[in-house]
Amino acid sequence: MTVHNLYIFDRNGSCLYYNEWNRKKQAGISKDEEFKLMYGMLFSIRSFVSKMSPLDMKEGFLSFQTSKYRLHYYETPSGLRFVMNTDLSVPNARETLQHIYSNLYVEYIVKNPVCVLGQSLDSELFSSRLDAYIRALPYYSPRAA
Amino acid sequence: MVIFSVYVVNKAGGLIYQYDNYTPRAEAEKTFSYPLDIVLKHHDEKVVVSFGQRDGIRVGHAVLSINGADVIGKNTAEGKDILEYLKDPSNYPVSIRFGRARLSSNEKLMLASMFHSLFAIGSQLSPEVGSSGIEMLETDVFKLHCFQTLTGIKFIVLADPRQSGIDALLRKIYEIYSDFALKNPFYSLEMPIRCELFDQNLKSALEIAEKAGNFGAGS
Repeated sequence: MTVHNLYIFDRNGSCLYYNEWNRKKQAGISKDEEFKLMYGMLFSIRSFVSKMSPLDMKEGFLSFQTSKYRLHYYETPSGLRFVMNTDLSVPNARETLQHIYSNLYVEYIVKNPVCVLGQSLDSELFSSRLDAYIRALPYYSPRAA
Repeated sequence: MVIFSVYVVNKAGGLIYQYDNYTPRAEAEKTFSYPLDIVLKHHDEKVVVSFGQRDGIRVGHAVLSINGADVIGKNTAEGKDILEYLKDPSNYPVSIRFGRARLSSNEKLMLASMFHSLFAIGSQLSPEVGSSGIEMLETDVFKLHCFQTLTGIKFIVLADPRQSGIDALLRKIYEIYSDFALKNPFYSLEMPIRCELFDQNLKSALEIAEKAGNFGAGS
């Protein structure tokens, strides 16, 4: 039961924040390329889902899973995208991501007069609160390395 | 509890089989008078709603028929351009049917290949060692399940999110594929599947899966 990593993208595709807690395998490409690939994959999945869907969708793409991990996706109406990879035991992290947006991002970044929106989030308070929140999640447990 | 469609993709990413089991058609037909308060635009050889969502007509819905006659691409059944037709006040009142556009076979081919690539990227970006590609993709109206065989063929099933037993169904479709497509001497590998017995058995397997809600093993 664990959270692997978390990405926050803005609506132009730039990665505002990335942190990892329990990542076992790196992607084999540089971090910049990985962010672009992740954003591109999500963009394509969203377009794929909107075309493929047999009915009109309200929320769209929610999550996907592979044999080893699950990716949860949450997009705000302003185009901010939250992506979290967890292991398979977490069925739904949507409320977690919504909480991260409304209680952490809005509180510590948007309401911060020093933080410029659209640039990388470098608020230490945000990072430490986010870290504490993730570690306090019921489904987080630090695995022995 | 329905299964919407089945796709089979070969190892190069090309679509070799596609079957739509259930296509819910959410359509709205309304009579309009001049001027039309819904903004339409051309998109991909179709005329779609770009603004003015109301009464069951959503943004992204395509114009399906005008005055009862199905449209052909961007033109009406008589061959006139739709946007020009709707600009002329003498053509009103007009009855237009809007709905989700059906996917053409070209679009299905492109979507299948797109999924083939997304499957691979899902495996590459994995934070865990030894992950497969995307096996299940969830949205609020459907769930897409994918099973990749050892030979690289992908069986993709789109179903209702609450439908269970899809894993067993995917294995069953693989069994039907090996029985009625691979053992067919006239079938060439990686080519589109045109085997009647494959179609028939696939349809009955889908019926069983939908009825039971849970596909039993050993059927």
